[in-house]
Amino acid sequence: MPKPIPVPDEVSKPFWDACNERRLIVQNCTACNRKQYPPQETCAQCRSAEHLEWLEVKGRGRINGYCVMYDSRIVPLQADQPFNIAVIELEEDPEIKFLSHLPGIPVDEVPVGAPVEVIFEEVGPGQLIHEWHVVS
Amino acid sequence: MQSQTGWMRNREGLGVWEHRGKVAVAGVGHSPVDRRWDEDLEHSLGAYSMLAARQAVAEAGISLDDIDGVVSTSGALGANWAPRPFFDPPYDTEDGLTKVTAEWLARGLGLKNVKYMNSYAGQIGVLWGLAAQAVGDGLCNTCLLLYPAGNLAGRYQQNPQTHARGAAQWTNPWNWWGMPSWAYSFNEYCRRYGSNHDRIAPFVVNLRRNGLMVDWGYYTTHDPKPFTTEDYLKGRWVAKPVCLFDADLPVQGVSCYLLTTAERARDMAAPPVYILNHAQAQHRVRSMVETIEETEAWTGRMARMIYEGSGLSPADIDIFNPYDGFTLFTQYWLEAFGWHGVKKGEAHDFYAGDISVEGPHPLLSSGGNIGTGRTRSAIFVDSIEQLRGTAGRRQVRVKAETAIAGCVLPAGNGHVVFSKHPS
Repeated sequence: MPKPIPVPDEVSKPFWDACNERRLIVQNCTACNRKQYPPQETCAQCRSAEHLEWLEVKGRGRINGYCVMYDSRIVPLQADQPFNIAVIELEEDPEIKFLSHLPGIPVDEVPVGAPVEVIFEEVGPGQLIHEWHVVS
Repeated sequence: MQSQTGWMRNREGLGVWEHRGKVAVAGVGHSPVDRRWDEDLEHSLGAYSMLAARQAVAEAGISLDDIDGVVSTSGALGANWAPRPFFDPPYDTEDGLTKVTAEWLARGLGLKNVKYMNSYAGQIGVLWGLAAQAVGDGLCNTCLLLYPAGNLAGRYQQNPQTHARGAAQWTNPWNWWGMPSWAYSFNEYCRRYGSNHDRIAPFVVNLRRNGLMVDWGYYTTHDPKPFTTEDYLKGRWVAKPVCLFDADLPVQGVSCYLLTTAERARDMAAPPVYILNHAQAQHRVRSMVETIEETEAWTGRMARMIYEGSGLSPADIDIFNPYDGFTLFTQYWLEAFGWHGVKKGEAHDFYAGDISVEGPHPLLSSGGNIGTGRTRSAIFVDSIEQLRGTAGRRQVRVKAETAIAGCVLPAGNGHVVFSKHPS
């Protein structure tokens, strides 16, 4: 599925660079002991920037829920409608959520609660993004 | 000068609102509602704003010179007119065409005595609190609250970009925005409480029925035929389980309200409807998506703020007009406010009962946005009319002395409590 290509900025560049190395990282505030995704300039809880570090996670999680998109406003995605959009919760911290099209899973047959692992998908020259697939 | 957010009642523990019953609504005006702007300047948002404002002033029986406050919104929902060429003044900018600020309205009406203007608030639910607080605080005495809702030709918010920048880099590759997030939320609700999309059909059908009893409603004036359960169940999916009929129809229309002190309102032409409280909320999700836990926590907090500040309890509320622009959220408001005893997970059972305006549980007697189009005004207009006893065919058969109306979603909204009596 052709997807819009993320354009890294100052805050997000480490994340996307890690994706290109097939690693999944999230921010972690050492003061709050609190993970954060998507990345932000400061910790959403204590507002500090100096305590934010990047933390590599295992890339495992479970499907929290989903919907099926039939009429996207994102034009590059419209050719592949309908498609699943699943919410993934991270194994290390279920409050951290990711999105996935769950490649390989038929439309509207999403196994909520099933375990998933991160995979990396090329969306443009030299740019991978994180996706997820169901593991048995 | 009021700060942009310092006036808000946005946390618990503030106690009863200091201006409870001391601010009143004394006039309401509403423009015609069109599907889209037809590029006739007489049907522009600016022209419709002046029309609605004059109606509100006339209903109160006062003159434009009595107006000393105007609040409006910084945007008006629809897209910009530019880069198309503008028109002769006063339609030589977006202001007047795709938005109408307080400043534009004051110029357009030739208001001479305005000492307070604010176009900061983003949407009508928050605007109600802004205007009520401004009158209560004495920043102005007689205030026009304007809410323009625009809609130009063409498909809505199509995004052809092949790259995703800024916040969109985390959402657009997967197509995450409002519609799918609300679909996901509704799925979670149904999974948790054992329900499904089809069970809200009675609610949607009743909204459309109520909407046909609103004289200015879009469907009343353009498509006045009954909407059936079969129609609803045939609705095409937009983001399953959101179908086309779960979303309000974008339209072009303007509502305007005249707020003043309770003391002055008693001398005006229309029967006053008093404001007992207002509250606002703006929340951020923990990570990427709004979870059902967050939605229930946020709606519950708003209900507690509204009851605390008004001094009322759920059993005291006669008219309940929560936001319905996406039908899939109303259950959270209904359960959080506990209107007619509805508890968590019970909303869809409640929809299966008698929620008609003739019955004992007239939920959203306004028809809401689903029944009238996306002006976001019906919920407020109806609340006022029900308490005045002027809702016509929509007039509920049960007691109508208090009302709650609110807009928009759990993550960002404002609510107001109306009363037939000042205390």
